[in-house]
Amino acid sequence: MMFLIDKLQSLGHKSLSSVQRLGRGHVFLLQVLPAMEGMLFRPGLLIRQMYSVGVLTLLIIVVAGLFVGMVMALQAYYALVDFGAEDSVSVMLVLSLLRELGPVITALLFAGRAGSALTAEIGLMKATEQLSGMEMMAVNPIERVIAPRFLAGFLSMPLLAAIFSAIGVMGGYIVAVELLGLDAGAFWSQAVAKVDLYHDLGNGMIKSAVFGFVVVWIAVFEGYDCVPTSDGLGRATTRTVVHSSLAVLGLDFVLTALMFSE
Amino acid sequence: MNTRTIEIAVGLFVAAGMAALFMLAMKVSNLATYGCSEGYVISARFDNIGGLKVRSPVSASGVRVGQVVAIEYDSDGYEARVSMSIDPQYDKFPVDTAASIMTSGLLGEQFVGLQPGAEEEFLAAGSEIELTQSALILEQIIGQFLYSMKDEES
Repeated sequence: MMFLIDKLQSLGHKSLSSVQRLGRGHVFLLQVLPAMEGMLFRPGLLIRQMYSVGVLTLLIIVVAGLFVGMVMALQAYYALVDFGAEDSVSVMLVLSLLRELGPVITALLFAGRAGSALTAEIGLMKATEQLSGMEMMAVNPIERVIAPRFLAGFLSMPLLAAIFSAIGVMGGYIVAVELLGLDAGAFWSQAVAKVDLYHDLGNGMIKSAVFGFVVVWIAVFEGYDCVPTSDGLGRATTRTVVHSSLAVLGLDFVLTALMFSE
Repeated sequence: MNTRTIEIAVGLFVAAGMAALFMLAMKVSNLATYGCSEGYVISARFDNIGGLKVRSPVSASGVRVGQVVAIEYDSDGYEARVSMSIDPQYDKFPVDTAASIMTSGLLGEQFVGLQPGAEEEFLAAGSEIELTQSALILEQIIGQFLYSMKDEES
């Protein structure tokens, strides 16, 4: 009997603490958003974070985009050549890159490359009491540390997703036209005939902005909220990658259902 | 690393992102056709439009000259009314032009094909094409074929 009650208590404790964490995350967001206006006067901080969040993520995005585009073209060709519809390879490639693969894979790679680095950096600042040190000097750490990282991540994500899609299209072009011998004119004209600027490209960009917001929110919150020990820091970094990947995939379903269901 | 290098790298990154967006918009989306979508609108009535959709192409001799902008059901004439926007550079379709709904390939998408007539007057904005041919419904054709086979046997 005691055993059962203990189990119940631990279940209740876990539920309560996860609800508390969720609440802390939202309160944290409400603290960060007003601090954004400080960025207007200190663009140097933002540029430095754009470098570490955006520029350093560029390499993995470019390489992944190139290979995803090339593989997509190969697979689409294999499926479509039986129907004599191999000219539609570009439609399949471009639509899936713009609508799904661009935003989603970029967000997953972004969570792994930039999100984990943000969590570890902020968590280590907390563990070594740099954040409390700033508060002692009357510097608001949310304005000085969190806000630039948040804004940099939010701005970098759509740019990275656009680069991913563009490189993917080029990779697909290389495979489809140079390797498989499809007609270059048909490749571009089929895509132009089927892809809508607002409906496909625009919605893909909205998706990537939403994913960027969520991933960077989870990353900086996990860092700011972590248990300031080496163990807690490690767990916070893991949680960033796991939670933001799951959030991206779940949100992707919701956004797709809202945007593309006709 | 000094500030100048970082700023240059970030500048390059932002420029690359913008260039990627621009390339996607220009090369693989229909941005280029948005400019000339200010064409004149003509309409046609069909008994059956098959799988025709809004934004399906309108072509003459296989060349794309416009797109379908609206499809509605006319409950007075029991017909489908298809409005098409034709690019202004193609303004010399005679009034007795025929419109038929065709399929590109066996399984391809459907489009409206225009067959120019011989009249001296040209179609203008708001005019209606009188000569139309409905979509060929493959199932109906197969059904008719099977019936005629049965008739021959008996």
